[in-house]
Amino acid sequence: MGQTFRRITPQLVTLALVVLLVTVFFPNFFAIGFDGTRFVGPVVDVLKRSAPVALLGVGMTLVIATRGIDLSVGTVMAISGAVAAWAITSGYGLAGAVGLAIGAGLLAGLWNGCLVAIVGIQPIVATLILMTSGRGIAQLITEGRILTFSDPNLAFAGSGSVLGIPFPTILWIATAVVVALLMRRTALGMLIEATGINRAASALAGVNATVLLIAVYMASGFCASLAGIVATADIRGADANNAGLWLELDAILAVVIGGNSLLGGRFSIAGTMIGALIIQTINTGIMLSGFPSEYNLVIKAVLVLVILVLQSPNLAADWLFLKSLVKARRANVRSETP
Amino acid sequence: MLLSIRSLSKEFPGTKALQGVDFDLAAGEVHALLGENGAGKSTLIKCLTGAYRRDAGEILLDGAPIDPASTAEAQALGIGTVYQEVNLLPNLTVAQNLTFGREPRRFGMVDRKAQSAKARELLAQYGIDIDVERDLGAYSVAIRQIVAIARAVEISGKVLILDEPTASLDAAEVKMLFSIVRKLREQGLGIIFVSHFLDQVFELSDRLTVLRNGRKIVTERTRDIDRLRLISYMLGRELEETAREQRTASNSKDQKPMLRFEQLGCKGVIEPFNLEVGKGEVIGLAGLLGSGRTETAELIFGVRSASTGAAQDDTGRISHGNPREAIAAGFGFTPEDRKVDGIVAELSVRENIILALQARRGWAAPLSRAEQERLAEHYIRLLDIRTSSADKPVGELSGGNQQKVVLARWLAMNPRFLILDEPTRGIDVGAHAEILRLIHEITREGMAVLLISSELDELVAACDRVIVVRDRRHVAQLSGDRITSEAIVHAIAQPGAASHTEAA
Repeated sequence: MGQTFRRITPQLVTLALVVLLVTVFFPNFFAIGFDGTRFVGPVVDVLKRSAPVALLGVGMTLVIATRGIDLSVGTVMAISGAVAAWAITSGYGLAGAVGLAIGAGLLAGLWNGCLVAIVGIQPIVATLILMTSGRGIAQLITEGRILTFSDPNLAFAGSGSVLGIPFPTILWIATAVVVALLMRRTALGMLIEATGINRAASALAGVNATVLLIAVYMASGFCASLAGIVATADIRGADANNAGLWLELDAILAVVIGGNSLLGGRFSIAGTMIGALIIQTINTGIMLSGFPSEYNLVIKAVLVLVILVLQSPNLAADWLFLKSLVKARRANVRSETP
Repeated sequence: MLLSIRSLSKEFPGTKALQGVDFDLAAGEVHALLGENGAGKSTLIKCLTGAYRRDAGEILLDGAPIDPASTAEAQALGIGTVYQEVNLLPNLTVAQNLTFGREPRRFGMVDRKAQSAKARELLAQYGIDIDVERDLGAYSVAIRQIVAIARAVEISGKVLILDEPTASLDAAEVKMLFSIVRKLREQGLGIIFVSHFLDQVFELSDRLTVLRNGRKIVTERTRDIDRLRLISYMLGRELEETAREQRTASNSKDQKPMLRFEQLGCKGVIEPFNLEVGKGEVIGLAGLLGSGRTETAELIFGVRSASTGAAQDDTGRISHGNPREAIAAGFGFTPEDRKVDGIVAELSVRENIILALQARRGWAAPLSRAEQERLAEHYIRLLDIRTSSADKPVGELSGGNQQKVVLARWLAMNPRFLILDEPTRGIDVGAHAEILRLIHEITREGMAVLLISSELDELVAACDRVIVVRDRRHVAQLSGDRITSEAIVHAIAQPGAASHTEAA
């Protein structure tokens, strides 16, 4: 536990700083109320709205740990959302809708995984195929319309709450905890890291790299389908054009802000989750602090840039170098003035 | 003296890399610099080439003190270096590489014609006639090495430092390289030659200097020193018992083979061969690079799939179509290029050691942390792996220790048949001897070993049986007293006699 904590300390500090910055502009950030059925307030809002990026981030962390990338997750969200909305309106019931939506996500992951692990296409290209074609598939399912539904059970996945806590929040935290435990309590985490660092050596040591890669892309598809269900349930409708649009990039950003290397290897799901919270805090914070909305994207970009520069290993080296210079100078001064 | 180094010292946090080292290089000599990993060879060279600044001592070039602050400055002073991993630009042409930074110009533009002419003229001095307009990356490592030398001599021209230049060359290429080095020596260059290959040191160098733990141990004329004494200087201990007479204990084998490979082959890769493996037997595989040695190992371990043949043991047919099946059949394989195919650099020593075992158990049955640590500690002690902690990333260890980690990975599996492809390449003499000792020990307990090696001494010392591979077929087999360096060389070098010596 201590090790995990040390690993994510920089991310926690960053999150604290971002929260601090937001409270400067919006002092009521920590105000939490209870409206009779649920907690409300900016913090609760952040925890709820980070659900899609956090869910995508869980899968993306694993994919990136294998030195891959999954650009299709935003599109897979749209497909799963469309499948869920179609299934519920066609009378398959809640279980059918959720099951089919998750099935669609797993199928998408299987497709990506096979292209990467068996056919041997570069992950960025392989998943780009589904990223672009997938929206077409989603549109075919919704027949080009925004497919709305009114089933309260499915809508609960987006706007319901348990013990006052929004359901999406519970879902993403539970998913992250279960996946993280699965990775660290079994040998999966280490085998994934080994495959990401050196696939050839791992295969020679008997690691079933092909199956592992496919499984990782399927996990990403699974997480994307959960995010898709949440997004669709939230608006009680499947929008094939806009559901999950560009969210793959936010998910990658969450992984990177979480301190995971795009070159694969060591990964931390906890890091990515804090990364997702940082992104959502920035989003919510900009809105709350009352800047004109046209500034939002620019401010977000500047903040992200600052965070990434501060985390850069090059900068860390420069910093150590500067520190050693100062130290050396001090030592010189001391030795010259005995 | 062309180059004199007087009481050079260099300290890093925690270690004294060099302590008062003296070193002299005369014009027109090849001076070998020897020592185990960590002895201070690279530090000495880096101080010479300006990559490091020295803490104390002086360097005299042609009698004048110098203090290069960068490699460019050292080059301008006359000290050029060629590294094992050639530091040129493979995506530029040979001509561009040779004239890089000093391109001939015409009206301010690079004059490509003059550039090529100059490159051809330069290479002609080395007896090399290649298309200088092609990308450097299109040529073999040997050619790249020579281009690097040509460039270094052209720019610097007084002192040439060759740092492990032969590590990735085959015998013919080494010969070509050596003839060039000798020519440069006649031209009056001072050449510092760093190598792990003692044969090459004896063949090429005029004098040699041994470093150990950052101190100079000895400088002697090469012809006045014998191999055993040299090794004991390098190791600081007597080594006779490890270098020779290892085969005595491993003779009484039971007659029935443990494994039989019949007509195993793959079209275009290696012709079908038969191989019987006895319990506790060490089988050597000799041959030049590219002769089919590694391919034989890859076929057995399922890295390549065989187009013909089968494997059998007492219980019947065994499948070994991919590494996982081969491992299930009780095989292990340490590949030739341990950096690329062996270690998982960013994982810890502990994780690297348990990797194969964990993969065999499956992801759902993890080894407990305590069990992992016990295994890691056991093998770190058994193989004397030098690491500050079992949790250190394996990529930060020296080459020999990385090799031991890969070995430990397989020993933890307790295979019945372990294939070692060039297990001692590029590692220092001490680790070298230890690995040979280890082979001896594990086979005493019944494990069989297939040892692929370019070093004949090693095969002679360690093997019960040596199979010679040439031109993608197994051409000869030597056993018992017939295993001598001469016999192996004879079998490798004999063209056309393949059919006669088959299955001797």
